[in-house]
Amino acid sequence: MIVHFEPASEEGIATVVRAMAADRASLAVIGGNTRAGLGNPVRADRVLSTRRLSGIVSYNPAEMTITALAGTPLREIEAALAENRQMLAFEPMDHRPIFGSSGEPTIGGVFAANVSGPRRYVSGAARDSLLGVRFVNGGGEAIKAGGRVMKNVTGLDLAKLLAGSHGTLGILTEVTFRVLPLPPAAETIVVSGLNDAEAAAVMAEAMAQTVEVSGAAHLPESVRGRFLEGSLPDGAATVLRLEGLEASVALRADKLAKAVGRFGAVTRLDASQTSTLWAEIRDVKPYADGTKKPLWRVSVAPSLGHQLVAALRLQTGVDAFYDWQGGLVWLRMEADPEAELVRRYIKVLGGGHATLVRAEDAYRAAIPSFEPQPLAVAQLSERVRAKFDPHRIFNPGRMAAIS
Amino acid sequence: MAETIGFLQPKQAVITRRREIVADLSDLLPEGCLISDERGLKPFETDAFIAYRRMPLAVALPETTEQVAALLRYCSRYGVPVVPRGAGTSLSGGAIPQEDAVVIGLSKMSRILDIDLFNRTATVQAGVTNLNISEAVSADGFFYAPDPSSQLACTIGGNIGMNSGGAHCLKYGVTTNNLLGVKMVLFDGTVVELGGKALDAAGYDLLGLVCGSEGQLGIVAEATVRLIAKPEGARPVLFGFSSSEAAGACVADVIGSGIIPVAIEFMDKPAIEICEAFAHAGYPLDVEALLIVEVEGSEPEMDAMLASIVAVARRHGVATIKECQTAMEAAAIWKGRKSAFGATGRIADYICMDGTVPLSQLSHVLARTGEIVASYGLRVANVFHAGDGNMHPLILYNINDPDDAARAEAAGNDILKLCVDAGGCLTGEHGVGIEKRDLMLHQYTQTDLDQQMAARAAFDPQWILNPSKVFPLEGRPAA
Repeated sequence: MIVHFEPASEEGIATVVRAMAADRASLAVIGGNTRAGLGNPVRADRVLSTRRLSGIVSYNPAEMTITALAGTPLREIEAALAENRQMLAFEPMDHRPIFGSSGEPTIGGVFAANVSGPRRYVSGAARDSLLGVRFVNGGGEAIKAGGRVMKNVTGLDLAKLLAGSHGTLGILTEVTFRVLPLPPAAETIVVSGLNDAEAAAVMAEAMAQTVEVSGAAHLPESVRGRFLEGSLPDGAATVLRLEGLEASVALRADKLAKAVGRFGAVTRLDASQTSTLWAEIRDVKPYADGTKKPLWRVSVAPSLGHQLVAALRLQTGVDAFYDWQGGLVWLRMEADPEAELVRRYIKVLGGGHATLVRAEDAYRAAIPSFEPQPLAVAQLSERVRAKFDPHRIFNPGRMAAIS
Repeated sequence: MAETIGFLQPKQAVITRRREIVADLSDLLPEGCLISDERGLKPFETDAFIAYRRMPLAVALPETTEQVAALLRYCSRYGVPVVPRGAGTSLSGGAIPQEDAVVIGLSKMSRILDIDLFNRTATVQAGVTNLNISEAVSADGFFYAPDPSSQLACTIGGNIGMNSGGAHCLKYGVTTNNLLGVKMVLFDGTVVELGGKALDAAGYDLLGLVCGSEGQLGIVAEATVRLIAKPEGARPVLFGFSSSEAAGACVADVIGSGIIPVAIEFMDKPAIEICEAFAHAGYPLDVEALLIVEVEGSEPEMDAMLASIVAVARRHGVATIKECQTAMEAAAIWKGRKSAFGATGRIADYICMDGTVPLSQLSHVLARTGEIVASYGLRVANVFHAGDGNMHPLILYNINDPDDAARAEAAGNDILKLCVDAGGCLTGEHGVGIEKRDLMLHQYTQTDLDQQMAARAAFDPQWILNPSKVFPLEGRPAA
C-alpha cells in the first residue's frame, strides 16, 4: 500500500486533514495496516498512516493507567506492561493470522477497531478500558475527550464512541487506558466430549458459580486438534479459565472441577498451557489456515450461539467454535458466505449481529461487512458521523450498510 | 440564597401556552398521570442538589414507552423543553426543571420485564430502582454490580443518565460497563433499541455515548443490564490512620501492589464522627482517617488478600485494624458509609463535590482541599471512593445564610479546579448537571465542547432535552 502521509505530530495530522477538506479529497487511515480486512473495503484518494506518531507518553504502574500515541506498536506497550507485571485486560486479538497480513499492530488500531478477547465477561472490551482519547476530526481540529482517571462522567463519553468507529469519525492521535495486574496464577479446566448445546449449558453453569471464570469457550471436535498442537484430550473441549492469586486459583479450580465433573471427563491445564490455549482461541487459530474461506464473527446472547450453528448446519456447510460462554461464534463457511441466511437466522433467534471478517474480494465488495442496522438507528448513526466528519474524508464506506 | 448558576431564559411562547399544553398532554396520558397544580408540582422543583429549584410547567408520569414517545412527539413539535427524571436523587441538579419545561418522570415504569439467568441479564423498565434489580435475583445468587449510595431510591434510568458508580465499581466497573442495551425514545418520539443481550452491538457505540449523557440524547424507557454471580463471601475491614495523608498513600500502594479489592472507601475524622453518630457502625473515633477495604471470595482467598493488604497498611503506620466477625458487623460498616450523605444532612447543609484525581495525587489534593475550605471559613468532611480516586468532599454550610452559601459554592469550585489541575476531572459519578456546568471550560477547550455539543445535536437538533445542563450557556451553537 502506498502511504502518502506519515505525520509525526497531531498538528501534522490536522494539517493533512484540513488540506483534504479543502480539496474535497478522502483519506484512508491506517496504523499498522494489519486489520485492513475489517469492514468494507475503503476506496480513498490518499492514505495516511499514524505509524510515526509513536511512543508511550506516560505510564505510572501504581495508577494502572498508561497514555500512548496512537501509532505506538502494541508490542512496545505489552513489553512495558510485562516489565511491571501488568497487562491489557481485554487481551486484544491479533488479526494477522486470519488475514495473513504482516506489519505491527498499533494501539490506536486496537481501540479504533475495539478489538477484544476472551476476558470480555470479566474485564470488558477495549472500550471499557479506554479512559480518554485525543483525535483529529474531519474539520482538522484536535479534540480531547475523557481523561486519565478511572471514573469520569464529565461531559459526553466521546471516547466510547470513537472506540470501534474504525477510523470513520476521526483520527486517534493519543489514547489513555486502564491496565490491570497480571494474574500470578492461571489454570484451565477442560470438560471433554460435550456437544454444542451441552457445552453452552455447562459454560452458563460455570459462569454462574462463585469462582470467577475469566474465559469460557467451546472447541468442537472439528477444531479441537488445532489447539495446543493437538494435545487436548479426545472429543470436543469445553474450556474454562481461572486466574488470580496462586492459592485462590487452586481452590477455585478444585471447586469448579467438582461442579462440572458430572458433565464429562475433566482435565486441567497448567499456566503455560493456559496462556497458549487462550491466545490461540483469541486469535481464531483453527481458521488461520491461509485460506480466504468466509469467516463470520457473530455476537449473540450466549444461549443462542449453538442454536444458530445448528440451524445453519441444516442449510449449508459450516464449521464453528465458541468464545464468551457461547455468545461469540466464529463461523467458517465452506463456500458461499450465505450472508442473507446467517443474518436472517440471527434475527429469527432473537437478535445480535454478524460481521463478515474475511471473504474473497468479490464477496466483500457485495456484502456489507457490518450488520446493517434498523433504519432509525442507521439514520442516527449517520447524523452522528456527519457531526464528526462532515466532508466524508475518513475511510469512506468502511462501516456503511451498503458497500 | 443568591443564585450564581443560571438557567436558560424560559421560552415565553411556551409559558403563555401553558394551559393549552397541559390540556394536550393530559389527552396523551391516562387519568392521574399528569400533574399541573402547584402543590403537586412542588416536589419536582428540585432534586438532591437542593440549593436550586425551579417550578416546572407540568409533570408527566407515563406508564408505557408509547406514552413517553407520544409526549416527546408533542414536545418536539411545539418546542417544549423536557427534563427527564428518575427518582430525583441527582447531586448535580440533573433533574432540576425549568419554568417552561415538562418533567417526564419514569417512576410509574417500574416493572422488571425479564430475568434471564442463563445469559445473566435483566431487562427492566427505566423506573426500576437500582436495588430492586439486585433483590430480584439475590435468591438465585446474582446481583447488579453498580451500587450508588442512593441505590434504595435511585432508578436504573437515572443511573444510565449519569453513568453512576458506587463503592464496588473498583472491581466491577460503573454503569456503562454493566449496561448491555436500552430501548430509548428520541427527541421526536422515535423509539430505537441500542444493544441487547449480546455482549457487543453492531455499528457505532451509541449505547456508550448515551450512558452518562444526562438525559440530553433521549429518554431511556427500558434497559438490559448484566448480572453477576454473588461472591461466596465478602469482608470489609477497617484500617485507622493517624493522618489523612498516610491513608491516602496506603491506598495508592495497595493498588500499586497488584491487589484490587472490591472497594476501598475513605473517611476523614469529621466524616467518621458524623457516620458513627448516625449508624453506630463501630468505627474507631481516635483516628484521623479510616479506610474501609472490602475483599471477597472464599475464606482462604479473603485471608490471603487481607494479609497482603495488612502488610501494606503496616508500612504506612496503620494505627488500628478492625476485622468484622459477623455479617451484621459487615452490614453496619456499609450502612455507616452509605448513609454518609444523609447523616451529614442531619447536622448541616452541605454540597458534595465529586472530582476524580490520579491516585498519586490523592494525599496532595486532600491536604489542599482542607486548606481551601478553611480559607473560606467553612468545614469539610471527606468520605469517598479512594480506590479509583473519586473524591467526595462535603462542604458544610448554612443554606439560609446567603454569604455562607456563596462561600461554599466558591470553595467547591476551587476544589474542582484543583482536581482538574492535578490531572483529574470535575465529576467521577454524579454528573455535570447545572452544578459543574460553568466549570467545563476548565477541563475542556471550547473546541472540545463544540464537538460534544455537535454529537448532542445529532440526537436532539432542537436542544429540547434537559437543555440547561452540562454545557455552559455561553458558546452554544445557535439553535
